[in-house]
This record gives sequence, C-alpha cells and structure tokens, in this order.
Amino acid sequence: MRRAIILTSAILLATIVLAPVVWLAILSVSSTTDIYTVPLHWLPAEFDLSRYGRLLSPDQSGHTSPFLLALRNSLIVGVGGTALALMAAGLAAWHISRSHKGEGFVHAMVATYMLPQTVMALPIYVMLSATGLLNNPVGLALVYLGFLVPFTTWLLKTGFDGVPRELDDAGRVDGLGRFGVLIRIAIPLARASIATAALFALLMAWDEFFYALLFTSNAAAKTVTVAIVDFTSGRISDYGLVAAAGVVAAVPPVAIGFLLQKNLISGLMAGGVKG
Amino acid sequence: MTAGVLLLRRDAGRAAFYLGPTILILAVAVGGPLVFTLGISFTSASFLGTLKDLSFVGLGNYVEIAGSPQFQRAFFVTLKFVAFTVAVEMLLGLGAGLLLAEQFPGRTLLRVLLVIPWAIPTVVSAITWRLIYAPDFGVLNALLQQLGLIDEYRSWLGDPLLALYAIGIADIWKNFPIVALIVLAALQTVPQELYDAAYVDGAGVFHRFKAVTFPHILGPLMVALVLRTIDTVKVFDIIWVMTRGGPFSSTKSMSMLVYERTFSNLEAGSGSAISFIITLICIAFIVVYVRLLRRQGS
Repeated sequence: MRRAIILTSAILLATIVLAPVVWLAILSVSSTTDIYTVPLHWLPAEFDLSRYGRLLSPDQSGHTSPFLLALRNSLIVGVGGTALALMAAGLAAWHISRSHKGEGFVHAMVATYMLPQTVMALPIYVMLSATGLLNNPVGLALVYLGFLVPFTTWLLKTGFDGVPRELDDAGRVDGLGRFGVLIRIAIPLARASIATAALFALLMAWDEFFYALLFTSNAAAKTVTVAIVDFTSGRISDYGLVAAAGVVAAVPPVAIGFLLQKNLISGLMAGGVKG
Repeated sequence: MTAGVLLLRRDAGRAAFYLGPTILILAVAVGGPLVFTLGISFTSASFLGTLKDLSFVGLGNYVEIAGSPQFQRAFFVTLKFVAFTVAVEMLLGLGAGLLLAEQFPGRTLLRVLLVIPWAIPTVVSAITWRLIYAPDFGVLNALLQQLGLIDEYRSWLGDPLLALYAIGIADIWKNFPIVALIVLAALQTVPQELYDAAYVDGAGVFHRFKAVTFPHILGPLMVALVLRTIDTVKVFDIIWVMTRGGPFSSTKSMSMLVYERTFSNLEAGSGSAISFIITLICIAFIVVYVRLLRRQGS
C-alpha cells in the first residue's frame, strides 16, 4: 500500500516536471498543420526540424540571424561578467575568509544581492547613457556585476574557508605573501568552489531579463532572453518557431544545472539565484 | 606606538587592495543607484531617455501613491500572487522533498529531473506556459476538452479572474523544485537513530514526522519560505511575458507598475517612490533572512 502510494506520487511528480518541457519540444518539431488542428493530435505526424535551421541561418539578404546574434551577446555578457565578477569576488572572498569580521560582510553581500532591480534601473540607465554603454553587451556585463559579485563572493568565501590555515603558514615559510598564498595555494585547492561559482554566475547572467530589456534595444546588443520575448510580443504567429527558440535558449542553462546538481543547495541558500 | 600605526596603515592598505574592487562595483552598481532613486522619489521628475523637471516635491509622490487606486490594486495583486504561489510552492516542495527521501526505483533520475524547471530561464518557462494556455490552439484547452471537462476553448490568460492564478501556476512549476531540493538536503541530515528510537517507542508515521522530521527541517523550510517570498514580491519577468499586466490590470504587480510609470508614462518621480516602497518591503524580509542564515550557521 505504502509502496503503491510512493510510486504513484513519483510518477505524478515526474509528469508535472516533464510535461511542459516535453510539450515545448514537441511543438518545436511539429508541422504547422499539426499545431493548428482542432481537436489536437498529441503526436505530430512528421518531424519538422526546419525551424531550428530558420532560427540560426542568415536571412534572405544574407544578414546574420538576429537570434544567433542574441546567443552571441548572451555569451559575451555571461562569460565577460563571470570572469570580471570572479576576479573582484575572489580577492574580496579571500580577505573575508582570513579576517575576523568576515561574517558581517558576507551578510551585507547577501542583502545587496537580494535588493530589487527595479529600484536601481533608472540611475543605471542614466549612467550607461552618459558613458555610451547603452546597447552594448560590455555595458550590460558591467551592470550584471552588481549581482554577480555579491553572489560569487558568498560562494567563494565558503570555498576558501575550506582551505586549511596551516597551509597559509607553510606558504609564508616558503616566502609567499598573502597574495602569493591565494594564487599558489588557495585557488588551486578551492577550484571546485570556483567552478561552482562560475557556473552559477553564467546561469544568472543567461537568465537575466529586466536589465537586458531596459538597456538593450537593437540586435547588436539584445540578449537571448530579450530576443525570445520579442517573438512573443503581441499575438504569437508561429508557435513552433517560438518553441524552437525556447528550446535553444534552455539547453545551455539546463546543462549547467545538471553539472551543478550536487552543489545546488549550498548555492541556493546564498540567495536563490533567480530574481 | 609608531609600529602600531604602521601596522594599522598596512592593514588598511591591504583591505583596500582586496576589498576595493568589490566595494567600488557595489557602490557604482547598487549603492549609488539606490540613493539616487531615493532622491528622485522626492521630485516630480519625468524620464524620456534623460531626466527632466527635477523639482523637489517632498513626500508628495508618497502621498499620491498612498491614495492611488492604481497602487492599491498593484499592492493587492502582488499580495495575492505571493500568498498563492509561495503557499503552494512550500506544500508541493515539502511533499516532493519527503517523497524523494524515500527508496524507490528511479529516485536518482527524478532528483536530476527536478533541476530542469529551476534551470530553465524564467522567460522561457513563461513562454512555455503561455503556449500551454493559448486560447486557440493551446494544449490545456485540448486536454480539458478531450477529457470532457470543458465544452469550449477558453482564454485562460484573458480572464481577469483567472489570469493571475494561471501565471501563479507557471511560477509554482518553475520554483517548487528549489523548495523540494532544500527539504531533501535537510532530510538527509536527520540522524537515522532518531527514527529508529521513535519506531521502537511505537510512534506512527504522523507522530514520527511531527516529533523527528519536522523539527529538523523547520530551519531550512523557513529559509526557503523567506527566500521565495522575497523573490515573489519583486515579480516582473513572468508577468511581463505572459500578460503584460493585463487583462484590465488584473495582473499588474508593483514592479510592473514601476516599469509603467518610470519608463512609459514619464512619471519617474512616482515610479521611483513605488520602487522604493518595494525595496523597503524587501529589506524587511532580508533582515529576517540574514537572521535565519546566522542561526543556521551556528
């Protein structure tokens, strides 16, 4: 009896989790006729992969597809933002980890990270506009540092806390300064935490929508979240194309999610990633 | 004495080197903007690419907001959304977490699958659910009709009474896995001896949950509750994609109202004031959150 309840619940849970995603994937490969047939056929008569091709290939006049540009922009913002954030956060986390007053600073980081973006958007817009960084993936990456740095500082501090202090002393004996100990000893030993922080940061940058919506308005700068939402403004004309774009945008973060699997909870406790 | 001062100065220099970049980034990208917005909220500023009409109006915007039916509506929309989604996320997350702590075939796979809704970008999940709810060819209509539960297709997101809850369901799907994974992690710290002892004492399933399991996961459960509340109070992305605040403002949350006033209605002053009210609400919860984290840490 108990076993039957458990198994039924497990199947129900799997269905709840998977059904929407599976439906998105089915839509993306269904022919237009199959999508717009009432009553609905649950499985498409044939697989139509043409939308993926259309999304990623150049238009008639030979211009790069806007969606491909958006993927590129998201990559620039994600990788650039993550690299810069890790540098700043790495130094701060190392200092906090080895000082006595570290805890207060960490809590300040958590608090900073959780503030609403709506309250910061207008002044940031004015700053970007004044420095010519509106509509620029580099500008967006710099803005993202505002939440990437506090979040990664938290994770990296925990990582550096795991490096035994006796090794600091051993490094000193060998003539290393505090910075030397960080570079030669702490970073190599904390590389798992650093990788986790990097993956979280990539995920957060890829997912971000609000700032990207406000600060980018042309194909040269729009990120993938904004580009997808563009497809859906007003009435949706081609369900399949929207679905295909959604699948492409979801693949990288889901892959990262699987990689993060084991370290998910420690990261989530720092502030829940999305917002 | 001199040595002490030198040492202090060396310490300050060292702190500046390590903390400087982070403090600079946060001052420019977070602290400065926060103060600036607070300042704007005391003016009648309008915004169209640049800020104009920065005349000081004191608390005028806040007074206007307090009496504004628009704001009251947005406040209650947000409140309803938070109450509905967070409550269901907690219950579903608790149930799923308890389930995943049991032994059954496919358990590891199911745990991995739970990562999917969490990892999918918010706007992609919003689009997915918009397609599911679509009034003309949506799969929800097809399913309900083929099961004989509805006679004709309905516009789920076009109905002012349903739209907010329809969005809520999409939000729950995306976020209950986080709660489930937090609960699961907490369950794995409960010592097996406690269960064995309770079992020997003849405690039933319900009693074991109340006496052993629940006290152990209460802390993490509270963390998840506050975390989800803070996140949901700020809700913007999912509403923007699914309804843009409609129909008839029935899904216009406070953040949606800030966007509308600041970036479409040339009312940067009052938009900033509303965003500051959201911030104060968030800060109240953040204080609770940091307290909880501190207690967890010790």
